[in-house]
Amino acid sequence: MSGEIYQAPSVQEISDLLRDKFSGKAEITGTGERRVYVKADRDSVYDLCVYIHDNLTFEHATSIMGNDMKDHMEVIYHLSNYYTGVIIELTTDLPADDLHVRSVADIWVGGNWHERETYELFGIVFDGHPKLERLLTPDTYEFYPFRKSYKLRGQE
Amino acid sequence: MMSRDVIDIKAETSALHTDKMWVIMGPQHPFSHGLWTLKAQLDGEIVTDAEPIIGYLHRGWEKECENRTYPKIIPMADRLCYAASMTYTHLYCMTVEKALGIDIPEKAKYIRIMADEICRIQSHLMWLAAVGTDLGNLTVFLWAMREREFFMDLNVRMCGARMTTNFPRIGGVRNDIDEEFMMFATRCVERFEKAIWDIISMIDDSSIFVSRMKGTGVLTREKCANLGITGPAMRGTGVDFDVRRDDPYDNYDQIDFDVPVLKEGDSYARYRVRIEELFQSCRIIKQTLQKVKAIGKNAPYRLKVPSKVPAGRSFVRMEDPRGESMMYLVSDGSDKPYRLKVRSPIFVNVSAAKPLVLGSRIADVPAIMAMIDMCLGETDR
Repeated sequence: MSGEIYQAPSVQEISDLLRDKFSGKAEITGTGERRVYVKADRDSVYDLCVYIHDNLTFEHATSIMGNDMKDHMEVIYHLSNYYTGVIIELTTDLPADDLHVRSVADIWVGGNWHERETYELFGIVFDGHPKLERLLTPDTYEFYPFRKSYKLRGQE
Repeated sequence: MMSRDVIDIKAETSALHTDKMWVIMGPQHPFSHGLWTLKAQLDGEIVTDAEPIIGYLHRGWEKECENRTYPKIIPMADRLCYAASMTYTHLYCMTVEKALGIDIPEKAKYIRIMADEICRIQSHLMWLAAVGTDLGNLTVFLWAMREREFFMDLNVRMCGARMTTNFPRIGGVRNDIDEEFMMFATRCVERFEKAIWDIISMIDDSSIFVSRMKGTGVLTREKCANLGITGPAMRGTGVDFDVRRDDPYDNYDQIDFDVPVLKEGDSYARYRVRIEELFQSCRIIKQTLQKVKAIGKNAPYRLKVPSKVPAGRSFVRMEDPRGESMMYLVSDGSDKPYRLKVRSPIFVNVSAAKPLVLGSRIADVPAIMAMIDMCLGETDR
């Protein structure tokens, strides 16, 4: 996906461009001062990230995290631009019975460990990840401690 | 279209090829500054492959938070990073305040900024002390620790604790600062601005020190951004970005300071960026003291806040002494967080250990990794 490069896109430009290029696949759920909130389909996350990295010059993935909403899981990406200080918050929903999403570790190498962490704590599988292994917890763990089904002492 | 495969720095290769050997450095190793392991593959004395291993200190911080009410997380946030404890507490309080949608009193904002900068100086001095021992100069260690002690005393005067301060609160800070503290803080900062030159000259005038830092651990600007390295290590590589200036939180937009950026991208540039940041922090502290004085003695410094946080999502990022930290809060309307995520700068910086040390000599590895300023409390969470 090539096209014009916007080195320092404003919030308005970002939301217009994403609405334009990814209509039907992603929607802008809100904007704020230096913030753009996007919700995307699972299958278009990778294309969207490639576009955000290559054409909107978002060089840095601040964080990639998982979130267990009980009936489904979420993966939330925070992508930041070093020229304007804008952050795009990209949310995608995964059905509980199919926790797969395309890895973005080849776009932002810094996302590598975030994805490994999300994998070991939530059991979300990032397809195409170079090394999807447990990072913080022992290799022998067979459960995913940050899921809501894993109860701590004192929680019900 | 921006190229995604960034140019690798030409790595030094060994002329005499020997059998490759894995050397395990850590978790108990003088260079590691905490519990982590660097597996390095060596060809002769050139590093040909490396893999960092972390997780020795993982205690499920984020999950623990789901079991506690909001105010009870404040002392836990202190323990994320002991060298600069107030920054994480500050970040946590800001995140909850954003979720509550409240604006805290001006005075509290300035006090927090000042506390942050005191912590930044402490953290950078601790790093300087560690670099001194890594490079074999114990005097730098002793002198940097001595200077740090004065700022520890400031902490004690401010809130009664040296390291885990438990000072910021949701809606403000725990206590006001008094005239006496302001006097001591001004005196301490002015003294420090002179005393730091002793340490700087000790390092910069030593050709051994400089030659071990110059030209090692080189990264390009694009690669550094792509690897997710943040903080002084990033600004020493030519990325001109500081959350305090470019995405300001609290009242940083009211304060005049410079962001040091160097383009060399080696360890020496990272060292110089940190030293310059010490001076900028002194500048910020002096300004905040003036602002607090101007606001007056009886101005409010803390708000009463409800114990339940309305359902929603909020995130705040801040410039930690080590890089860009962020907290993301999912609240569900109860008095406990539904999910609290911490983005730790060192977690990502240490994942870049392989590109940093690749092609360098094994003896340079401690000097290169020292510039990352490891802190395992926040890395493993």
